[in-house]
This record gives sequence, C-alpha cells and structure tokens, in this order.
Amino acid sequence: MSALHYARPESLADAIAILEQYGPGARVLNGGTDLMVRFQKMQVTPEAIVDIKRVRDMSDAIVWDGDSVTIGARVVMTRLIRDERIRRRYPALVDAASTVGSIQIRNRATLAGNICNASPAADTVPPLLVHGATVQLVGSSGSRETPLDGFFLAPGKTARAPDELLVSITIPPHRSPYGAAFGRLTRRHGVDLASINMACAIDAERAVTFAFGAVGPTPITVKDTSGALADHTVSDAQRDAALQALIARTSPISDVRASAAYRSAMLLVIGRRVLAQAQQRRADFDARE
Amino acid sequence: MAGQLIPITLTVNGTTCRSEVPPHLTLLEFLRDTLNLTGSKRCCGEGECGACTAIMNGEAVNTCLILAAEADGSDLITVEGLSAMPYGARLQQTFLDQGAVQCGFCTPGMVVAAQYLLMNNPDPTPDEIREGLSGNLCRCTGYARIVEAVMGAAGDE
Repeated sequence: MSALHYARPESLADAIAILEQYGPGARVLNGGTDLMVRFQKMQVTPEAIVDIKRVRDMSDAIVWDGDSVTIGARVVMTRLIRDERIRRRYPALVDAASTVGSIQIRNRATLAGNICNASPAADTVPPLLVHGATVQLVGSSGSRETPLDGFFLAPGKTARAPDELLVSITIPPHRSPYGAAFGRLTRRHGVDLASINMACAIDAERAVTFAFGAVGPTPITVKDTSGALADHTVSDAQRDAALQALIARTSPISDVRASAAYRSAMLLVIGRRVLAQAQQRRADFDARE
Repeated sequence: MAGQLIPITLTVNGTTCRSEVPPHLTLLEFLRDTLNLTGSKRCCGEGECGACTAIMNGEAVNTCLILAAEADGSDLITVEGLSAMPYGARLQQTFLDQGAVQCGFCTPGMVVAAQYLLMNNPDPTPDEIREGLSGNLCRCTGYARIVEAVMGAAGDE
C-alpha cells in the first residue's frame, strides 16, 4: 500500500496549497459519508486526504442577508433541517435534506459535500437548482461564484478544479408569492438512493422550474414559462401535457434501482404531486410570512 | 516515506485517551482494536446498518465512516459508556425485559441510537421511534420488540 497522507489544514491558503501539491491525488474530506465508503472499498485510492473541517473559512454558519441566505461548507444536513428560518423559507430543501441517508449520516453529511460528490441522484441538488442557488469557490487563482445550474459535468464530476474548495452555497431572494416542493421515489423508506427525485418551484411571475435527479448523467433543470403549470385551474390534460414536455428533456437509464420506462412513468406521477404541493405552498406563502 | 502517525486526544466515555494513529484507521477500528471497546460492531462498513453507532459531540454517528484522526478533540460516548447516560441504563433493562435482542449483533447500535433519540425527543411516538432507528438494521427483524423497548424507556428520566 502506498503511503497515504492525512492533512488537517487550518487556513484556506494551506488547504489550497495541499490540494495544489497533490493535484488529482488529493481528496477533500468533509463529512466523509460518501468518501469514506468509497475509500474503504478501495474505489478511491487517494495520496492525500485533506480534512477541511478545521479550516477557519469553511463556515458551519447559516447567514442571512435580507432574504438571501448563504450556507457554509461545514453545515450538516441535521443543522439545516433544524434551522427554523430555513424550514419556513425553504421547505423543499428541508424535505430533501431529511431524506439523505439516515440520522447518523445526516449528522455528518454536508450540503457542500452532497454537491461536490456530484451523484446524479443527490437529493439536495434539485431544490437548490430550482431555487437558483450559486456556489462560491476559492482556489489558487482566486475566488469565484458560479450558478449551480451548469456546475455538474458528469456523474462524480463538477466544474470544481482540483485545487478549488467549495466554501459556501447561496440561495438568492425570491419575490412573493413563491412556492417549492421536493419529491422522490425509492424502493424502501430510509437509507436508499433515489430511483428518481425532483424539485419544483413556482415564482411570482408564474414561471415553473423543475429539476430532475437520477434521470440523466447530471441533475437537469427545465423551465415552463407558459403559465400553464402555475396554478391548479388548468385542466389535468393541459397540466400533464406541459409536464410531459418538461419530462421529455430527461434521459433515464435502466439500473439496479429502476428501469428507464418505470422512471419515465414515475416522473409524471411524482411530477403531479410535487407540482400540486408547490402550488399549495405558493398560495400559502403570503399567509406564512 | 515512513507511515504517517497522527497524534490524537479524545474523550471516550469520560476518559481522556491519547494515541497516535495511521491515516487510514477508522474510528471504529480505533475503538475496537486499540481501546478494546468491542461493543461497537463492524458490519456493513458503509453507513447502512448502524451497528457501529456512537455519540460524538452529542450527535449519533457511524464510526465506520469517520477516520480516527478526525476524532481528535472529540467527546465520544460508546455503548460501553451508555449506562452512565440518562436513559442508558433504562434502555438496557427494557431491551432485556422486552426480549428485544435476538442474535444481538445490532443491539449495541440500536441502544445507542435509541439513547440519542430519547436525548432529543424524550417522549416519542412509535412512528418517531421507527424513524429514529431507521439508520439501524436488525437482520433478525425483531423490530416490534425493539420499538416496544424504546417506548418502555421513554419519558422523563
């Protein structure tokens, strides 16, 4: 076995220097709930594990700036789920975070890690996509902010450079009325990866955004600006036609969790439910604020 | 390059432990093989079964998914330290009284997960107990009695 180096930098500069030194041989260790599984199965054989939990600028805080929120890279799912203001403003994200792994997993797994792991089935990604989230990255050539939409390149691959760290996630403010929901299909309740997952958001202009997971190499975002999906007054046939037009953009495959045909069929079923819940939450939005 | 050894100091069941660990060593391996605390079980090794559950800084975790080096500075409660915790001794007794143990391999993780649940929700419903234990698998499928045992230990300590 080649020597493995464990590094626990305390500054962003030190962390980035180590990432630069080892290049693709370095693996970032945050909550570890994905990395440690693959590490122990020898599916990844890093030369260096860079534990970023003591880096001062990797925050475990949820910071509000008006109605915009920035979630630090160290924020774990449990912390997100327990946050009262997050619960009120982003129930779709809370519903998604609540389905990740188990309680033990959620006590360690971070939102940043769920993004960087870049699983096509990552549960927290669809709600972040429909909310128009951006991610902040810092690397040897400076810092940058990029939309989460477009950040995923392939299964396990993101636009994060090997010497970059994702330091935070920002959700922009949304004008009222606004409503969003999350849904997923699994073979069993608890500790299962999604066969499909999705989020839906309806904004003040009645634009409807869906993000679908586990039905393509990366999560995908699709938009309906026709207004046909924004409220429940449209006929079921109109609604289904508009949903099918969005679903047509997915490319599900058959695997151990579901067949392609089943995934396609369930996209419509879960899509209807998620849409109805987003409509309801949008209708309730003003009452809640 | 000689193998790296990382100095760690942590509190396990109220006792301070100092050691030097290689980078790849998991916290579970450290507990079992270095400290000889073999209550925490290694089973799936991927965070699915919960047999290795311990309470780290007040939160239930899978010790198989944590490096021993990461645990530096932490405060850890394993099943061996449970009887000193609120609910701990009561849970141990109700598991016995209800016959909630079959082969026994999942039991340490179950009891620790139940302890964590009751710390956060002293009076759970059966559904909340099932949710609270959903990260712990029992292959004997003795769940009904496990839920009853946790119900029996619930309430003000």
